[in-house]
Amino acid sequence: MENFFSRYRNASLLVLLLAAQVVGLGVQVKRKTEAGGTRLIRVWVGSGITPIEKSLVHTGHGFRDVWRNYFYLRGVRRENRDLKAEVERLRIEQVRLREDAAQAHRLQALLAFKEQFISQTVAAQVIGTSGSDQQHVVFIDKGSDAGVKPDMAVITPDGIVGKVLLVSHSWAQVLLINDSSSGVGAILESSRLQGILQGTAAGETMLKYVMSDEKVSTGERVLTSGGDRIFPKGLPIGAVQQTNPGSDLFLNIRVKPAADLSRLEEVLVITKITETNPKNLEASGPVRAADILAERLPSVPPKPPAGVAAAAAQSTAKPPSPAVPDAGATAAVATTSGTPPKTTQSQVSAVAPVTKPAGNTATSSTPAASTTAMKPAATKPVANKPPASGVNKQVNSAGQPAGPAAAPPGEDVSR
Amino acid sequence: MTDMTLVRTSREEIEVYRFGPIVSVVVPLVALVIQAFVPARLHSFAFFDLPFLVTVFFGVTRRSQLSGMMTGAIIGLVQDALTHQAIGLYGVAKTVVGYGASSLGVKIDVENPGTRLLVTSGFYLVHQAVYFLVARNILGVALGWLWARTLLAALLNGLAAIVVFLVLDRFKRAT
Repeated sequence: MENFFSRYRNASLLVLLLAAQVVGLGVQVKRKTEAGGTRLIRVWVGSGITPIEKSLVHTGHGFRDVWRNYFYLRGVRRENRDLKAEVERLRIEQVRLREDAAQAHRLQALLAFKEQFISQTVAAQVIGTSGSDQQHVVFIDKGSDAGVKPDMAVITPDGIVGKVLLVSHSWAQVLLINDSSSGVGAILESSRLQGILQGTAAGETMLKYVMSDEKVSTGERVLTSGGDRIFPKGLPIGAVQQTNPGSDLFLNIRVKPAADLSRLEEVLVITKITETNPKNLEASGPVRAADILAERLPSVPPKPPAGVAAAAAQSTAKPPSPAVPDAGATAAVATTSGTPPKTTQSQVSAVAPVTKPAGNTATSSTPAASTTAMKPAATKPVANKPPASGVNKQVNSAGQPAGPAAAPPGEDVSR
Repeated sequence: MTDMTLVRTSREEIEVYRFGPIVSVVVPLVALVIQAFVPARLHSFAFFDLPFLVTVFFGVTRRSQLSGMMTGAIIGLVQDALTHQAIGLYGVAKTVVGYGASSLGVKIDVENPGTRLLVTSGFYLVHQAVYFLVARNILGVALGWLWARTLLAALLNGLAAIVVFLVLDRFKRAT
């Protein structure tokens, strides 16, 4: 026996070494703890590798910044011109989106939907990968010191990237959405079909569990559904690239991710998601689309109290009437439409009593008032009607915006 | 880790090389860092497996089965720790490659670029096959064996080995 081991010493050691590793693998599978049992090893290795990667990234960025900011300035004027043109285009688009945002906000308020706000994010740089084409994970340079925790969503402005898997104090490991072990709740934007986005071994992303009798068109956008409780609802995932009938009852839908997962440099880790009932437009005073967007942006200082904001808005528009609590609607119209307040106010004063449903509180009527005011077609026939009450007369004569409170409670003045 | 003997075959003497302790640590570390760093900027670099190339190189030049499998096991386990899957997948695959490369290095001369291409490409296929088998049968990972992709990667790693081995040849010292 001794002779056997001395003769086949290396082969025996190979078998022992392999057996030890296989047993180790078996233990990890049995425990089913993804990183629990091996967390220490992973953290050690990560802590050894990531500082080198960080220094490489920062050195590279230093050289790149010097080159771009001091030497390579070719085409800057042209780029500036193009950016100005884009700003103009975006301004026009913003005007259109404002109304959509306001409408969506009102509908959410009416339906008492819970809104999910990305209230806090941490910007991080991608410093490395797993180095394998079968394991789609990346390392970022922010960890628990920056508030990053496991299962937090990682996004870019283009779309979602993945979720945090393992966290050390100064770095974190992120599982990308194209990894075969990843799963994201997804919804098709126009058809509203829901499915689960999964990665493949080849690094593609497939939308699964959409029935094969459904119609899915190429190019349709795919958004997060919020069902996975990691990604907030409505974030872009990508677009449908190809649809094939699967072997089972479901379609094989290949999705092209909106974020370029092969060239990630900077990402945002969503560290806080707030779920609230949508704010009431009347209660909070004038709300502009820009304000709504600003609320969703990270690191924006808290807004002043609603009353202060409303007062500020009113002071810029016109002195409010004490009998008209929703003068904010006037300010909103003035700021969103870009027209002088007087013209808009006259529209509001003529329309406001009509838009207030009987018995409604001021809370639910203000959004309607502001919308109607922004739609001249709806205001015309009403404006020609004689005033239904003395209050309206008073408001019209004063030239002040008339809110729903101008009508007696419980009385539908439009009749 | 160093083997100071000269191994005689029936035809010729095959020289055994050794490496300094710094080289033995720094070269695998650099390979691991490059492997983790570059694909974040150049995605197609993930086709290459520098830790694998280093394992093969140390195996065929040291020509010691013990050091070959130990080098492969350590490099593989460290590489595993950078992924999110169970630790041991690359460990097992690279242990087998390290042992095989050192066993082959005893028998044939691998100084020739053509031999290096063939040997490295062949061992890459062995590496992927072991990885695939362990992942499927022990971990139950639904991996698909992609022939075209694997053969292309084997060829690319074989070509890369010619360049990488030339660079690493500078660090070896004859015994």
